[in-house]
Amino acid sequence: MSAVIDSHHHDDHHHGPAKGFTRWLYTTNHKDIGSMYLWFSFTMFLLGGCMALVIRAELFEPGLQIVAPNFFNQMTTMHGLIMVFGAVMPAFVGLANWLIPMMVGAPDMALPRMNNWSFWILPFAFSLMVSTLFMEGGGPNFGWTFYAPLSTTYAPPSVTFFIFAVHMMGISSIMGAINVIATILNMRAPGMTMMKMPMFVWSWLITAFLLIAVMPVLAGVVTMMLTDIHFGTSFFKPEGGGDPVLFQHVFWFFGHPEVYIMILPAFGIVSQIIPTFSRKPLFGYASMVYATASIAVLSFLVWAHHMFTVGMPLAGELFFMYATMLIAVPTGVKVFNWVSTMFKGSLTFETPMLFSVAFVILFTIGGFSGLMLAMAPADFQYHDTYFVVAHFHYVLVPGAIFSIFAAAYYWLPKWTGYMYDETLGKLHFWLSFIGVNLTFFPMHFVGLAGMPRRIPDYALQFADFNMVASIGAFLFGTTQLLFLFIVLKCVKGGKRATASVWEGAEGLEWTIPSPAPYHTFATPPKVN
Amino acid sequence: MTVLSHLRRPRRLSLAIAAAVLGMVPLVASAEWTLNMREGVTEISHKVFDLHMLILWVCIAIGVVVFGVMFWSMFAYRKSRGAKASKFHESTTVEIIWTAIPFVILIGMAIPATGTLIEMYDTNDSEIDIKITGYQWKWRYDYLKEDFGYFSVMETHQDELYNRAEKGEHYLLDVDEPVVVPVGKKIRFLVTAADVIHSWWVPDIAVKRDAIPGYINESWTRIDTPGTYRGQCTELCGKDHGFMPVVVKAVEQAEYDEWVLAKQEKAKEEFELQSKEWTLAELTERGEAVYAKNCAGCHQANGQGLPPTFPSLVGQGLAVGAIEAHAEIVIKGSPGTSMPAFGGQLSDVDIAAVVTYERNAWGNDLGDMLEPKDVSGLK
Amino acid sequence: MSANYESYYVPEQSKWPIIATVGLFLLMYGLGSVLVDQTGGADTQTSWIVFSVGAAIMVFMFFGWFGAVAKESMSGMYSSQMDRSFRWGMAWFIFSEVMFFSAFFGALFYARFLAVPWLGGAGDGAMNTLLWPEFQAAWPLMTNPNPELFPGPTKTVDPWHIPLLNTVLLLASSVTLTIAHHAIKKDKRAQVIIWTALTVLLGAVFIGYQVYEYYLAYTELNLTMDSGIYGTTFYLLTGFHGVHVTLGAIILLVILIRYMFGHFSAKSHFGFEAASWYWHFVDVVWLALFVFVYVI
Ligand code: HEA
Ligand code: HEA
Ligand code: CUA
Ligand SMILES: [Cu+2]
Repeated sequence: MSAVIDSHHHDDHHHGPAKGFTRWLYTTNHKDIGSMYLWFSFTMFLLGGCMALVIRAELFEPGLQIVAPNFFNQMTTMHGLIMVFGAVMPAFVGLANWLIPMMVGAPDMALPRMNNWSFWILPFAFSLMVSTLFMEGGGPNFGWTFYAPLSTTYAPPSVTFFIFAVHMMGISSIMGAINVIATILNMRAPGMTMMKMPMFVWSWLITAFLLIAVMPVLAGVVTMMLTDIHFGTSFFKPEGGGDPVLFQHVFWFFGHPEVYIMILPAFGIVSQIIPTFSRKPLFGYASMVYATASIAVLSFLVWAHHMFTVGMPLAGELFFMYATMLIAVPTGVKVFNWVSTMFKGSLTFETPMLFSVAFVILFTIGGFSGLMLAMAPADFQYHDTYFVVAHFHYVLVPGAIFSIFAAAYYWLPKWTGYMYDETLGKLHFWLSFIGVNLTFFPMHFVGLAGMPRRIPDYALQFADFNMVASIGAFLFGTTQLLFLFIVLKCVKGGKRATASVWEGAEGLEWTIPSPAPYHTFATPPKVN
Repeated sequence: MTVLSHLRRPRRLSLAIAAAVLGMVPLVASAEWTLNMREGVTEISHKVFDLHMLILWVCIAIGVVVFGVMFWSMFAYRKSRGAKASKFHESTTVEIIWTAIPFVILIGMAIPATGTLIEMYDTNDSEIDIKITGYQWKWRYDYLKEDFGYFSVMETHQDELYNRAEKGEHYLLDVDEPVVVPVGKKIRFLVTAADVIHSWWVPDIAVKRDAIPGYINESWTRIDTPGTYRGQCTELCGKDHGFMPVVVKAVEQAEYDEWVLAKQEKAKEEFELQSKEWTLAELTERGEAVYAKNCAGCHQANGQGLPPTFPSLVGQGLAVGAIEAHAEIVIKGSPGTSMPAFGGQLSDVDIAAVVTYERNAWGNDLGDMLEPKDVSGLK
Repeated sequence: MSANYESYYVPEQSKWPIIATVGLFLLMYGLGSVLVDQTGGADTQTSWIVFSVGAAIMVFMFFGWFGAVAKESMSGMYSSQMDRSFRWGMAWFIFSEVMFFSAFFGALFYARFLAVPWLGGAGDGAMNTLLWPEFQAAWPLMTNPNPELFPGPTKTVDPWHIPLLNTVLLLASSVTLTIAHHAIKKDKRAQVIIWTALTVLLGAVFIGYQVYEYYLAYTELNLTMDSGIYGTTFYLLTGFHGVHVTLGAIILLVILIRYMFGHFSAKSHFGFEAASWYWHFVDVVWLALFVFVYVI
């Protein structure tokens, strides 16, 4: 029968992409869409990063020099929103698009047209959101967590457009996640059983579930804001029997799973790369799967650890403290498994491996500070200081972002057909590594010393470390231009890449030629 | 205060870069306490500090072990040193071990944490009750039993903010009137807010409570050593979130009692001012001060405001319209905007003064004035 | 994994997604401007135009896109695997809807069992007597903490009249739809048409009553969106449900018409099934509403 199918396929697939700009507008090809996601994500990373640099420049030394406080708040808010929704999430969706069909041996994503829609919504949503900066009254200035009533009664008029922008992003991610789930559950090649799937696929399956579960809740909470602002409802108005803290509960019910949405795919990537460069199978595959699943489950029970100081009843405080601490256990299992994968391996340190190793170390440091934050009594001291900022940048920048760099270097040869420049790659790594630590490690110190977040100016005793952080930020920032250069160079040409690219690489995507043909696995491969 | 911040800009810059390059070693040396959490001056704050150090060391220990194994592998098992990969890839026993050990460690941390938390929540039998209300962007303190209250506003001068003047020692951390409390007494704080969410934080007493409009959060402290303890608002509350510091002054009982008496005296005087006959000049003079303290934050010192959020008062709108309407918006505020109701915040005299000032400043020279005694009628 | 691997249809270039994006953007941007203008007291006309253009494009898009899908499925380009993709897709979409509603139910429970009692002085917040001395916690909340700003309702909706009737209507509609579903499997065309049409009709009547109930609430009970947290949760929950019933009814109507045009067969009629899943989901949400919003 396969012969019949093959001939049938040769005539309606296996031809190259369409020509011209419409290729990108109308495409239904998971590789095209994946590339668009990745380029979009990088653009947003630069934009959000430039805002971060505005922040760092203002905080370079005490006093108000560069921007007005209100604009500073807009920068902080936009930086957070753009990085979370514009840089990290689309990058992972882009990787999912490129890799999942190739990894499970599917011809494409399950619902290719919807896939294209999911992507194209994003540029529009973000144009809308960024445009608020130029509206009268300015853009969102209430933090990426947009707590009511600052974001409702006291917000600039543009908040309404912010709300609709969030709605659009929500629609996009939900459709994207549905596509991923349908692909993984329904498009696997014969013999590709669930427990044979690559870790990246597993982590994305669970991530997609989290997305579908919490994005609608985010949509719900911004809708409540909308009606409080325009239709006289009183969700967050005590005068009408509402409660501003209700906002925080609903937001963080979305928000905490959201942060794991930003890390689980990273776990998946690292679990692909470390075995390759250790030339040794991933240690404890099954336990990795269960650990990821339990992290996902727990992530629904810990949201109020962002709210220890809002005055919850003691019982609530304790419950959320214990639940949060528990997450350290499955996460630990993952860390230990990565280390044991390297143990007694045969290691080489190409750029993807360098970023992955750095990921394991620096993410763990970020996890440790997270655990410290989980101690409710101590969190009374840490909360809303730069200690928190240090925590989440450690898990997000050398965490999520490094894993994305690692993935890019790891799969670039498969995407472009050329090897990237290894020396430049290593240079990019070391500059980023130094830059990141210079930027965010001192934030632990100023945080503990008592510097609040979201302030445009600070007391004198915080001056020194802020100066260091700012220098680090500009170092790390400019370094990213080098990354852009390396990628473009690799797209243009270079040493031809073999099909399996890396010596120790395992998995279906390495069985197809580099660059991967426009259509792959039109007939499912047999996996045994 | 740290060494670096005393130096002039170029020196500091070069030093900081040196520090950056040298991995911050000199900073670590130079700025002792800015490296770690403050131990503070209350029993609770010490407990919190110990908890903090406990977790810190546990994490460092685990880090040493985990990274130790990792670095050893990276060193010993590189291909370049001819390492051959062995093929093992699972072991249920070790998985169980390294699930169990962290779990036990966590329990070890949860126990002291729970104890401290329970103590922090026990706000019973306090000797002094202070209601703390967050406003954009200042704090109000009401001593409930002694019944008097006052606002506390940042005192750092604009020139210091905009680098036109040397920054004082307590840059951004100074207020006109601190919260004064006696040492050794259990003080209960009843924290709330009038507009958006704020958060009242003093590191040295390990008290941080969000101020939620419409709700009251309770917290408490008992300070052992006299002194001045500084903190800041720690919940983003808009434009001047960075400029609403908290200053607590802990004094001996006797000194505290005097202070309370003085406060109550002052409250009486303020009240008597109501019945006094005021001239336009006196009112505008007083009004200018009130304006600077309460209104300039949004409507700006020059009255131009920051449209559209903060409208201008110069030659337009209520400020040059009917005097009743003008007084009314000052007293009742305008719901749904950031214009608060000053009726509850300012004395009748101050309301009269500030309204009169606004009508006669910046070329709004209307020449009319609002009598303090008329204010109560408008409330 | 099930056994069959016939070719999986990967559509060629399609212009619908980008059209859908533009439509969605104009719709959202237009709606946003309408609201901003209204609250800002400006003229809303142009904003309405933008909004309507967006809406028009969306409608056009849905006809075009689903038209294409219908054609493909009828010309037998879809495999049973493709069918499963659609099923997974619809199932998870409904799950996302469930989560959307649970956010609002969560808000209801939080307000009712935590916030309002606290305002009334329960728990540690005993000192709320400082802020709302006259306020009495109660549910349904008839007098709000600040009655000047938020005058409460005078009465609440009596569950045993319109709401009960609506419950019966919706339950009946689920039954009629199930009958239609069985009929479609047996290819009894007349029955399918009758019972589906009846379902749509019941849905329409439900909406009619719901609108009438709102009318009464506004005119006689002074129960409005700005009558405090009770009105808030009441209107947002029942309102969003109403919107979903309307959508569901429209979808069913379209499906009915497509059926008349012979788009579905006894074997392949996923369009019909998807619509009925959606309808049953809306039905279940109503039961939850009836219990938690109206009765207790
Ligand atoms: C990728 C994103 C990400 C990730 C993975 C995490 C992971 C964790 N986070 Fe983090 N967090 C954020 C992103 C993230 N966080 C963000 C963005 C904020 C701020 C939001 C805002 O306010 O703007 C935040 C804030 C935040 C807070 C609120 C702080 C405050 O505002 O006061 C808390 C409190 O509990 C917390 C806890 C944790 C914990 C316990 C983990 C755990 O998952 C960490 C688990 C990992 C480890 C513990 C390390 C590895 C484990 C071992 C080596 C095993 C052995 C270890 C022990 C037994 C100790 N986080
Ligand atoms: C994944 C998410 C993510 C990422 C990658 C980053 C990246 C960075 N973040 Fe961000 N950050 C957040 C998520 C993230 N952040 C969130 C959620 C908040 C909370 C917001 C809130 O409080 O509401 C926050 C808040 C936050 C603050 C606190 C602001 C405040 O409290 O007022 C600061 C301060 O230093 C900061 C700094 C940085 C820096 C220096 C980087 C750097 O890594 C950025 C590096 C990238 C670039 C610099 C761009 C690339 C380079 C170019 C474009 C070339 C041009 C460059 C030069 C000319 C030098 N971030
Ligand atoms: Cu008040 Cu921040
Ligand atoms: Cu969290």
